Amino acid sequence: MRWIWIDKFLEFESGKKAVALKNVTLAEEHLHDHFPGFPIMPECLMIEAMAQTAGILVGQARNFEEKVILAKIKKAAFYKYVCPGDTITLHAEIESIAPEAAGIEGEIRRGDEVIAQISLMFSHIDKNLAGKQFPQENFVFTDTFFSLLEGFVDRDAAKERP
Amino acid sequence: MAMSREEIFEKVQEVLVDALGLDDDEVTEEATLMGDLGAESIDFLDIVFRLEKAFDIKVPREELFPAESVLNNPEFVSGGKLTDKGLAELKARMPHTHLGEFEQDPDVNKIADLFTVSAIVNFIEGKVG
Repeated sequence: MRWIWIDKFLEFESGKKAVALKNVTLAEEHLHDHFPGFPIMPECLMIEAMAQTAGILVGQARNFEEKVILAKIKKAAFYKYVCPGDTITLHAEIESIAPEAAGIEGEIRRGDEVIAQISLMFSHIDKNLAGKQFPQENFVFTDTFFSLLEGFVDRDAAKERP
Repeated sequence: MAMSREEIFEKVQEVLVDALGLDDDEVTEEATLMGDLGAESIDFLDIVFRLEKAFDIKVPREELFPAESVLNNPEFVSGGKLTDKGLAELKARMPHTHLGEFEQDPDVNKIADLFTVSAIVNFIEGKVG
């Protein structure tokens, strides 16, 4: 199983920007431990949610031909707590993209309120690990991720890739 | 408008401070990116992206940091050292870098020491100076 930290995309502009939404709920077990009596969404998971939003954006920009992995957290600043019942939106914009990597600027909001600013770098691993072998199939972008994109991009076109 | 070397250095310094999480005074002209400033491979790309933005230029990564493609070519490396051919290739590809002592002992492990702050400043100067 993979943890998916976004519920759906609201906007998806290929190669440019994406907006995803996440509803935070007490049904998420970890919130009971983080922290007992004071449940808040862990900041590391906000980074992961942004990495998923932006990672799909970056992957789709190259039609999922590259295996895209999170390589660097350039910035992560958190301004507010996120609590059960909150709906957050994750806004990611591609700042730079090259054959080997991509940089994104991201912001997490609750309504108009800025919760966090997160800037990330992704590496296209096949281009950066000269000589190292990886499985042919794209293990980064699984069906679960593709289903999030339904209605936004032509899924079949992407899936036909070797 | 042409920028002075000092102006270029200041901007490069700012880029490195942001990309590598450093203090201003750590980024001297002589500092090596990997040894002194702790840059890792992904940081080089981050630096390239930031330089492009800061100076509004295109920075082909293999032009600024060409060592990787030289090292991956068996013709250029033998017994952990660059061959004469490899050294000539590196020289041709890194006109912005002073090879100095490296020429006497072209140990591939020392190649990282060639990537200094001043090499970046020289490179940018060649583009915008």
